[in-house]
Amino acid sequence: MTPAAVHPTTSPESLAEGLAAIRYLADDGLATAIFLAIRLGKPLLLEGAPGVGKTEAAKAIAKLLSRDLVRLQCYEGIDAAHALYEWNYQRQLLAIRQAGEREVDIYDDRFLIARPLLQVLQDPERRMLLVDEIDRSDHEFEALLLEFLSDFQVTIPERGTIHSRSQPLVVLTSNRTRELAEALRRRCVYHWIAYPDAAREAAIIMLRAGDVAEATARAVAKAVGEIRQKPLAKPPGIAEAVEWANAATVLEKGGSPWPEAFRRALGVLIKDEEDTSFLNPDLDAILERSMA
Amino acid sequence: MTPARELPRGARLFAGFARHIRRFGFPVAGEQAIAFMQGVTLLGPRSMEDIRQAALATLGPPHDRIAEFDALFRSFFYGETTVTVDAEGDEDTEVKDDGGVEREGEQPELSREESGESASALEQLGRRGFRDDGEALHAFRRALPSALPQRRSFRPVRAKSRGSLDLRRALRAIVRADGDVPAPPFRRRPTVSRRLLILIDISGSMKLHTGDYLKLAHSAVQAADRVEVFTLGTRLTRITRALRIRDLDASLERTAALVDDWDGGTRIGPTLSAFLSVPRFAAFARGAAIVLLSDGLERGDHAEMETAIRRLHARAFRLSLATPLAGDPRFSPRTAALKAILPHLDDLVDGSSLPGLAGFMLTLARPSPSAETVWRRTP
Repeated sequence: MTPAAVHPTTSPESLAEGLAAIRYLADDGLATAIFLAIRLGKPLLLEGAPGVGKTEAAKAIAKLLSRDLVRLQCYEGIDAAHALYEWNYQRQLLAIRQAGEREVDIYDDRFLIARPLLQVLQDPERRMLLVDEIDRSDHEFEALLLEFLSDFQVTIPERGTIHSRSQPLVVLTSNRTRELAEALRRRCVYHWIAYPDAAREAAIIMLRAGDVAEATARAVAKAVGEIRQKPLAKPPGIAEAVEWANAATVLEKGGSPWPEAFRRALGVLIKDEEDTSFLNPDLDAILERSMA
Repeated sequence: MTPARELPRGARLFAGFARHIRRFGFPVAGEQAIAFMQGVTLLGPRSMEDIRQAALATLGPPHDRIAEFDALFRSFFYGETTVTVDAEGDEDTEVKDDGGVEREGEQPELSREESGESASALEQLGRRGFRDDGEALHAFRRALPSALPQRRSFRPVRAKSRGSLDLRRALRAIVRADGDVPAPPFRRRPTVSRRLLILIDISGSMKLHTGDYLKLAHSAVQAADRVEVFTLGTRLTRITRALRIRDLDASLERTAALVDDWDGGTRIGPTLSAFLSVPRFAAFARGAAIVLLSDGLERGDHAEMETAIRRLHARAFRLSLATPLAGDPRFSPRTAALKAILPHLDDLVDGSSLPGLAGFMLTLARPSPSAETVWRRTP
């Protein structure tokens, strides 16, 4: 590792500072979890409701350690060909045609398409793996990943086993739509990212939004915190809160007075008709309380 | 990596904590305990907070048991004796998830030893008419896997014939056979069973039927893999795990211990809203056949119940309400609550007898007229 990359990982506090410098605010728990994952050389498993910044956290870590982020988006039905490697059959065929009578090694590097897991193994010091929304994949894929995460090697029957020179950094995220295998959880450093409190959320909004006044950010954070307490189908995430602050600011500059601007921009915060009509009666009271 | 320093007494303390919470049902592996000690070493530790953070990150307690974990942490490291894990405030519907420990295999044996001694009230309740029910349940268990509604899987599998051409395998075969395809490989999407979600109302008014319903749910969980069961009372409790225990008596005993709100009041609307607001649970409902076992007698305002039922219906493949009241031939959905939710129901059926209900659940895959059409016809 380069000295520059070592520096932020001397303590959770320096890590949090480093992350804040690249516009990601991590609380103590998250900073500790990231710190331990890096230092213990274990994968980091982040769980949380949708929109609390799990993927964003992974991106920030990659940026902080100046590594390339290799992202593997999971979905139902994902398999080894999408995650590990695949042969480029079309090119293999062409090569056989062109070769004619000569011998050609069709299992050469140029016919191998490296998928995310293999890409990370090939250059573990400069790349970081993000396995996004692992809960969407099937149990079979989880087992495959388990094998990868315990040995950090990939076996290609035609080529042999590819080992990693060092342990790559891996971040997994899950929305908890289903429970992950205990064996997978056990191997990871775990952190549950909760919704931030109002003060932190206001800070995040200030950091992320374009030009939002501090009072607006604080009002938005307070209102969003209260809205999340309601039994909504889709509670607003942090990104939505930032968008809402942005949208309301734009509308206000266009001539809408304050509470009205928030109300009109509600579409960027709540994206479900049922939720909107459910919130409507209380919205004025919520806005009033949060702007006080 | 920093090797763990030789701190026999200190290290013993942390290993002791790992053992301690394991006794309370937190699954902690040896490597997690080691990571915990390494983490504590790495962090200093400068304060108790550091130790707590390290424990949270490395031992990874499930999120819904954090409060319990914290209480255990305090009691272990600070010596606080009052371990109260009860949530305060009755306003919000409490959600209880039985996830966490797999104790299958071990549990039945345990209770088999003592089953002769103590039989819970629940068991006695369930003993009535055991013979008939047993046969009905047995038949139900055998028939259920093939009777569940089906959908096409998202994942293609290899096939010998039929389906679409598997280009990837075909090209591979061509490479191997030097430009020849001996037999074209196919892939197709097989059909898989939809999920079955059983929601059991365990309020006081359903007292007579709860035992039967639990037995039925136990059979369903035993028979098919994609079955989830929750109880609705004043709280929402997921009992799928408890029902996975093969032995019926042991399973019901464990369920009885898990659910805190037997025979309480009915709050179907708020409990269903609570169910829908947990994304993980709401995902169980998507595309599933949902069977709600309830009399639909909501205490107080039924508006919330209507909203919840509508939302549930929007997610479900089929939403059925089985009510024991419909066992009465004079029954018709006349209460305001039932009238309001009727348009959102696919079925409104008799839930008063176990064989009848089992029979109905075996017809979930077959199309039938909606509940509204059926009940409008009756005078």
